Amino acid sequence: MTQKNRITGGQIDRSRTLSFRFDGKSYQGHPGDTLASALLANGVRLMGRSFKYHRPRGPLSAGSEEPNAIVQLREGARQEPNTRATVAELFDGLTATSQNRFPSLSFDMMGVNDLLSPFFAAGFYYKTFMWPAKFWESIYEPIIRRAAGLGALSRQDDPDAYDKGFLHCDLLVIGAGPAGLAAALTAGRAGARVIVTDEDFRMGGRLNAETHALGEASGADWAAGVVAELASLPNVRLMPRTTTLGAMDHGIYSAVERVSDHLPVPAAGKPRQILWRIYSRRALLTAGAIERPIAFENNDRPGIMLAGALRAYANRWGVAVGERVAVFTNNDDGLRTATDLAAKGIDVAAVIDTRTGGPLLPGIRHLQGAEVTGSAGRLGLSAISIRHANGKVESLPVTALGVSGGWNPNLNIASHHRGRPVWQDAIAAFVPPKDGPAGLSAAGAAAGLFSTHAALQSGAGAAVAALDDLGVKATLPDLPRAEDAPVAIAPKWYVQGKGRAWVDQQNDVTVKDVKLAHQENFVSVEHLKRYTTLGMATDQGKTGNILGLAVMAELTGRTIPETGTTIYRPPYTPVAMGALGGRSRGHEFKPTRLTPSHKWANEQGAVFVEVGMWLRAQWFPKAGETTWRQSVDREVLATRASVGICDVTTLGKIDIQGTDAGAFLDKVYANTFSTLGVGKVRYGLMLREDGIVMDDGTTARMGQNEWVMTTTTANAVPVFRHLEYVRQCLCPDMDVQLISTTEAWAQYSVAGPNARKLLEKLVDQDISDAAFPYMACGAITVKGVRARLFRISFSGELAYEIAVPTRYGDAMIRALMEAGREFDAVAYGTESLGVMRVEKGHVAGNELNGQTTALNMGLGKMVSKKKDAIGMVLSQREGLVAEGGLRIVGVKPVDPAQPLTAGSHFLEPGAAAVAANDLGWLTSVVYSPHVGSSIALGYLKNGEARKGQRLRAVNLLAKTEVEVEIVSAHFVDPEGVRLRG
Amino acid sequence: MIINHPLLGPRDAQEFTYLGDATLIDRPDGLSFPSADAAMDAMHDYLYQRSNPAGEHRELWFHEQGDRSWLVVTRNTVTHEILKVELARDVARMRGRSK
Amino acid sequence: MADLSLKPITPLGNDLPVRISIGPVTISEVVDTALASLAQRMGQDITAAAKGAGIPLPPAGRWEQGATCAAFWLSPEMWMIEAPFASHEDIVAHLKPVFGEAASITEQTDAWARFDVTGASLPRLFELLCNYDIARHGAGSASRTMMEHLGCYVVIRAADHISVLGPRSSAQSLFHALETAAHSVF
Repeated sequence: MTQKNRITGGQIDRSRTLSFRFDGKSYQGHPGDTLASALLANGVRLMGRSFKYHRPRGPLSAGSEEPNAIVQLREGARQEPNTRATVAELFDGLTATSQNRFPSLSFDMMGVNDLLSPFFAAGFYYKTFMWPAKFWESIYEPIIRRAAGLGALSRQDDPDAYDKGFLHCDLLVIGAGPAGLAAALTAGRAGARVIVTDEDFRMGGRLNAETHALGEASGADWAAGVVAELASLPNVRLMPRTTTLGAMDHGIYSAVERVSDHLPVPAAGKPRQILWRIYSRRALLTAGAIERPIAFENNDRPGIMLAGALRAYANRWGVAVGERVAVFTNNDDGLRTATDLAAKGIDVAAVIDTRTGGPLLPGIRHLQGAEVTGSAGRLGLSAISIRHANGKVESLPVTALGVSGGWNPNLNIASHHRGRPVWQDAIAAFVPPKDGPAGLSAAGAAAGLFSTHAALQSGAGAAVAALDDLGVKATLPDLPRAEDAPVAIAPKWYVQGKGRAWVDQQNDVTVKDVKLAHQENFVSVEHLKRYTTLGMATDQGKTGNILGLAVMAELTGRTIPETGTTIYRPPYTPVAMGALGGRSRGHEFKPTRLTPSHKWANEQGAVFVEVGMWLRAQWFPKAGETTWRQSVDREVLATRASVGICDVTTLGKIDIQGTDAGAFLDKVYANTFSTLGVGKVRYGLMLREDGIVMDDGTTARMGQNEWVMTTTTANAVPVFRHLEYVRQCLCPDMDVQLISTTEAWAQYSVAGPNARKLLEKLVDQDISDAAFPYMACGAITVKGVRARLFRISFSGELAYEIAVPTRYGDAMIRALMEAGREFDAVAYGTESLGVMRVEKGHVAGNELNGQTTALNMGLGKMVSKKKDAIGMVLSQREGLVAEGGLRIVGVKPVDPAQPLTAGSHFLEPGAAAVAANDLGWLTSVVYSPHVGSSIALGYLKNGEARKGQRLRAVNLLAKTEVEVEIVSAHFVDPEGVRLRG
Repeated sequence: MIINHPLLGPRDAQEFTYLGDATLIDRPDGLSFPSADAAMDAMHDYLYQRSNPAGEHRELWFHEQGDRSWLVVTRNTVTHEILKVELARDVARMRGRSK
Repeated sequence: MADLSLKPITPLGNDLPVRISIGPVTISEVVDTALASLAQRMGQDITAAAKGAGIPLPPAGRWEQGATCAAFWLSPEMWMIEAPFASHEDIVAHLKPVFGEAASITEQTDAWARFDVTGASLPRLFELLCNYDIARHGAGSASRTMMEHLGCYVVIRAADHISVLGPRSSAQSLFHALETAAHSVF
């Protein structure tokens, strides 16, 4: 229970102790710890097993670039695999388990893979599991997936909520280290709207991990002071625990804020994370730099980590990773680790410096021109072997080794728009491309400026320049004195040796694998990556990519910039699917549109169907009805016998006004509207420019310059868009104005022989056949309420559609049903609506499928050739008007007891069921209580001429075949007597 | 992407619906040709013969979740840089369209 | 015979509007305003007529309160006119005589569900709902925007008073979104 490796200092709150569990064992840490720092404080170095070889691994880094210390956080439904212990903020009660091991982390049976490693080199899967192909999905992949372990999902619904949001700023500062804080201070004091994002829970970046003084203060104290000032500025928004994930176009950045990840459970109503879309006018990348290792044999043992991380654990978290340590470096920054650790009283056994000639560190065994050639230790480091400049080999017992191969500017986001990073010899690293995302610049270590002084100056300077672009005057703040050491590095990428030296520790890619790829001619960086899987794990090669590239460069005899670099893509770090989904889950997946009669229909026990976002009543079951067919048959028969009422509000309604409205309708409809009299309605057919039918509906002329168009429910939005297109792009001077009124009116169809009698009880005006004939329309009142009446029929019966302002919609359905009581009026839903329109032979969505013409629908004569309507010319194309083409027909089974299946294809008797014999298909199938059998509409080749013929309706999917008779599509009242009654 | 709406300033492209090549504005009058075949040819070319450049392109975008203006957006299809945004109605008039 | 007269309900389906308070904000269903779209016809100029009637015609992106009526811009040459429902229930009948054939006027009262959000820290609430920059645009601005897939109008009447007009059929979804966001922030 003791934190045996905890030393003094650091930014942790020792006044409070937090308990947590790792692999079932209890430990203690403090607020300010990460899971990794707390485990290291407790002497736990082994935190995971590697992906392919199941090698024991501990943390390599102290940040989000971590490839090794990947654990499963929390338990139950909140269990989250593949999280990095190095960034998981410790909280009281945290539980974590290691992954990719069985039965335990210290004894992992799959560790046998490590012994078999000669067989698992790069390309092993490609070479071994290539054939037989059918084995891949069924045999190879499941086995490989189980062996090549990743964490496990909970397989339960995520109980937490995630939000999405939108932020706007003048300057987005990505990363709150010295450069970012100096930039934010400069811009914040100038009054600009500033957003500062930082993935860490404590802002300050490396200032929290170093011992440098800034002026009189420690780096951490200076950072805390700046953060406090920024927090006091209303124009600055500080966003710790927020990772900027990617650069989108035109200054838009995505970021994820971990609102509640540092809490055991989110507070009530609070999201766990928020996915932000940040709209910035300028952005500054101050994301610092990421250290890279030097590869040597067995460089992956727990206890071997990046030198900067070793230093960070000591300085920021008060943790000595080992009681006796060594440092392996090719640059001066590595020396800092040695001096910092020594100053903390840690036994620094040796500094192995690949360089020769510089000054020696005082009081430390500083071996120049030496290299680390290997390591020993079963589940963690116990010794390293050193080859001295004179060739002598020494074994040195140590429990921790810090390795520094130099630092790579963290330019990830700067290359999201395909800009190529630029190599700089002076720092032996790539810096951000010149052609990165527009509006983004880089400062500080992210720009390759590694000293604290340069970070502060360049951050503030970049902010001034960015604001100057925006016309905002900013002045450089007084920045404290800070270290300004030059970069001193002699590139050294890997140590020659026989054993395996790891390049990409997460994906288990070694120097040998890179060599093998080269040998097999995968020399392009992109090929190298795909062949070896270098950089393809969850860490995306943040520590390994440049190293792999450098090895390949050496093998091919090219320079590193000649060899290339891989382009980073968003997201910067892995994102939870929940965050991407936001609130759009389950019931909240999309909004629901309710019809005006919804409340009433719900009271009636209606069964609802989703139609787009609408919920519509599908049918209204009555007591004793056990199947939907019973309800629908009753509704249809009652409507045709007396009267039925249906909510048709969902049809799109577009108010069209203006002196050119008639001419406009002539342009958008294939048939003529300008000649329609005031107070009349006409059915219209709207074509696409290619001659295919787009939509149909009725349009009413309510006044000289006032029209109301109806569209199908599904096409309300696209039709409106199309009308605006014609109005603005094709006919810019027409006097016509459009606005949707779909939601403004509650509209009911009242259909059946008693429809008029029913409405006469409610409508204040004379609606006799003489006063209000078939296809009439007009403004009326219903018990004093302003309303609209249209005498149109979809069912084939005497029918009206009556519209009242939506607030009266609920009252209207109740009034209609009450007034209809004496006629035994029924409410009917979309099923009965469908049955009656098929019985009447009206086309709907199944027939208007985006492939069919007016001619196909039997409406060819509606297309006027006397005016230049959209689609008129191309509807006459040879292929579309050819004799013998598809025509709409009615279909009945020869045996009335046999049901039909929609989608069945017509075949001649005896013809084989192959595409060449296909004559068309059944579009809509219903059971018609009126006919007493299944009936259908269908498109049939040469359909007009085939009436009376017997064909087969074959559905190979449903495995049905029915002998059918081709009939007129008008099963009910073909003469149209009823609707004129 | 951000489209700088001539009336409303910068707006997220998510608010817009894309249609395609702005040459759709140059719709021929189907009745203005000496023969049905000529009309057919002209209408066919208008509808189907469009360029698809890697580089500068004039496109029609509809501000569906905004003010319902159709816009002509001049955009570099390679870099996504937006060079010019005009109201389609103004462009249509400039190109001689009226009623 | 039963009473067949019609009684209106609110967008959320009740007799009376709903009002809830969450943290510093109050969300209220508003039903006291009549709405109509007003579109200037081609070649007409309705500026003088509007001025004479005290009806503001604000520029793109703006909302303005007049003596009786308020208005916000919808699209080129088109505005949404707001008037007190009690006196202007038939709002088109009020506007027609003002503009005659110079404008197209369409009743919109029942096309929209309106929720007024009042209180402090409104930008923090709206940043979870839409990409309209409340802080930058400020009082007197109005815009169409998307909230949880719904096309809505946002009218900033004052820094502490924002109206959201969403499709009436989705009133419950919109209200739920506002309520959920408020719980998330406050």
